[in-house]
Amino acid sequence: MNPLAVEAVGLMAPGLAGWTTSQAVLTGQRPYVAEPMPAAMATLLPANERRRVTATIKLALQVAQEAMAQADIDAGAVRTVFASSGGDSEILDKICVALTQPDRPVSPTHFHQSVHNTPAGYWAIATGCMQPSLSLSAYDDSFAAGLREAAALAWADQTRVLLVAYDLPPPFPLVERRMIVAPFAVALLLNPAQDYRLAPLRLESGANQPANRLDDAGLEQLRAGNPAARGLPLLCAIARRKAGRVVLSDGGVSLSVEIEP
Amino acid sequence: MAIQPLAIAARTLTNALGRGGAASLGALRRGESGLRPCDFEDAGLPTWIGRVAGLEEEPLTGEFAPFDCRNNRLARLGLEQDGFGAAVRVARDRYGPDRIGVFVGTSTSGIGATEHAYRQRDPITGSLPATFDYPHTHNVFSVADFTRRWLGLTGVAMAISTACSSSAKAFASAWRQMRAGFCDAAVVGGVDSLCLTTLYGFNALGLASTQPCRPWDVERDGLNVGEAAGFVLLEWAEPGDDRVLLLGYGESSDAYHMTAAHPEGAGATLAMQQALARAEVLPEQVDYINLHGTATPLNDAAEDRAVARVFGPDTPCSSTKGWTGHTLGAAGVTEAVFVALCLEHGLIPGTLNTRQRDPKLDAGVVLENREHPLRTALSNSFGFGGTNCSLLFGRRDI
Repeated sequence: MNPLAVEAVGLMAPGLAGWTTSQAVLTGQRPYVAEPMPAAMATLLPANERRRVTATIKLALQVAQEAMAQADIDAGAVRTVFASSGGDSEILDKICVALTQPDRPVSPTHFHQSVHNTPAGYWAIATGCMQPSLSLSAYDDSFAAGLREAAALAWADQTRVLLVAYDLPPPFPLVERRMIVAPFAVALLLNPAQDYRLAPLRLESGANQPANRLDDAGLEQLRAGNPAARGLPLLCAIARRKAGRVVLSDGGVSLSVEIEP
Repeated sequence: MAIQPLAIAARTLTNALGRGGAASLGALRRGESGLRPCDFEDAGLPTWIGRVAGLEEEPLTGEFAPFDCRNNRLARLGLEQDGFGAAVRVARDRYGPDRIGVFVGTSTSGIGATEHAYRQRDPITGSLPATFDYPHTHNVFSVADFTRRWLGLTGVAMAISTACSSSAKAFASAWRQMRAGFCDAAVVGGVDSLCLTTLYGFNALGLASTQPCRPWDVERDGLNVGEAAGFVLLEWAEPGDDRVLLLGYGESSDAYHMTAAHPEGAGATLAMQQALARAEVLPEQVDYINLHGTATPLNDAAEDRAVARVFGPDTPCSSTKGWTGHTLGAAGVTEAVFVALCLEHGLIPGTLNTRQRDPKLDAGVVLENREHPLRTALSNSFGFGGTNCSLLFGRRDI
């Protein structure tokens, strides 16, 4: 299987406010504490847009922006893959509520923000990026599915790909049927070239194996409780900067990732 | 060098024209529309829709009962037509169930189940009814999960959800993931079903027409929402392959506006050019273009600019939305299979309902059906968020 390098990472969750500041927790030097998450600023959005967009859009764009800032390359040239189990539940809730009311006053803004590729659309507009972009879901395996698609895209087109995975707890009453314990978003800038790397990866897709779990109970709760956080074992391995192998379970087919030293 | 083509080993269609590919081909040939005045649930909207008859009476049962919702019923109905299941069984024996990927495009998946559940909330607690099953119905992945289980496949699976380009982009994902070795063959599909979210949503945006939609017409005033399921089985083409081949794909983003297409069709232009480049096919070698052609004034104008820029005014093109309505996330695969049928049967469909071409538009839109041998044809799909995808299909044996 072809190689793939992680060039930069963006990260946002309670107690994990950015990639650099999260190193001590991810490397196990400090226990995970679910401190309140700072508001995702997504400063690349124009101020008027920022007021109109939802927490989901801001969170996805925040980690994308963080990863691209680290890499210091033009986001307008980078293909993107957005992976989310359920998309923007806040918007879907508002539409379903409106549909129970007389005359069913669905807001046109909510309707256009209801599509799964809304964060991708706002990202493309904010960065002027006309490159291809894919938005996908594989329920609890959305992170692994996104990584697989991003890798396939990077290899096919021999180009950088930005993977953004995000999920937020749905509002009541949906949350009673889809428990997501906390917001979590991660962005990985992936490069199929060998020469420039934070962490070189080798991907292997094959027979089902159990996914890696995390030693830290708090981090493990987050991993198990948010589909985007299923990428945490990979983030911990990258932060440790040591060779290793993590399995990101993917239902019938596992995706395992070997991190080279 | 041109990319390695994929062959369509099997295909199936279900939409407002009927169940199975023959129903679609017959209606295309006869110029019979599947559109009707809106009679979906209790939606009192003055618009027309492309509804699939009979879904209300055909629930999913047994082990598939948790998946029961309009969208997965439509998926099942689609998978049962045209011998598709039998073709997948043959492929399963050949490749192994874990080596066939599943890539299904959808825009709203089974949100209709959530719409119903919100009308049945507990008056005291506000909770949703106990019968509501979010992961198997509403969740975006549900339709891909249902598809792989129905077909007995255990390989990679995902739902692609990029609004109205979803199931076109599923072809591109399948090509890449086969190329990467994540699977050896692929079931690519698209399923979107009628729901109040899209009917009232397009109505709120002022994009739903009160008449049967009229793409490229001087008096066009909007789209009709339709529903459809379409699936293809893709495998690498063999030397001398006489099947319809996916020769190229192109994808782009408009980076312009969430709902309005770029006025000059800049993203659409890129998508078409890249599909041609990947296939190493010249614009003048394309015999037919199936347009996205939703019949909204701005979308048709933007696509027209792009088509005219890439192909000039002479390449025959048409929108088939007047037959099916706009089937949203299923439009890509529906129209890809239309293109495959046209390549096999030498048919250039006209543009149903369109009476007078908008004189301000330049693309070579044909209004009446033509019987004409075709070798290469393009299909366009564009969506909210400025997402664009063009697929180039062809035959090598004629």
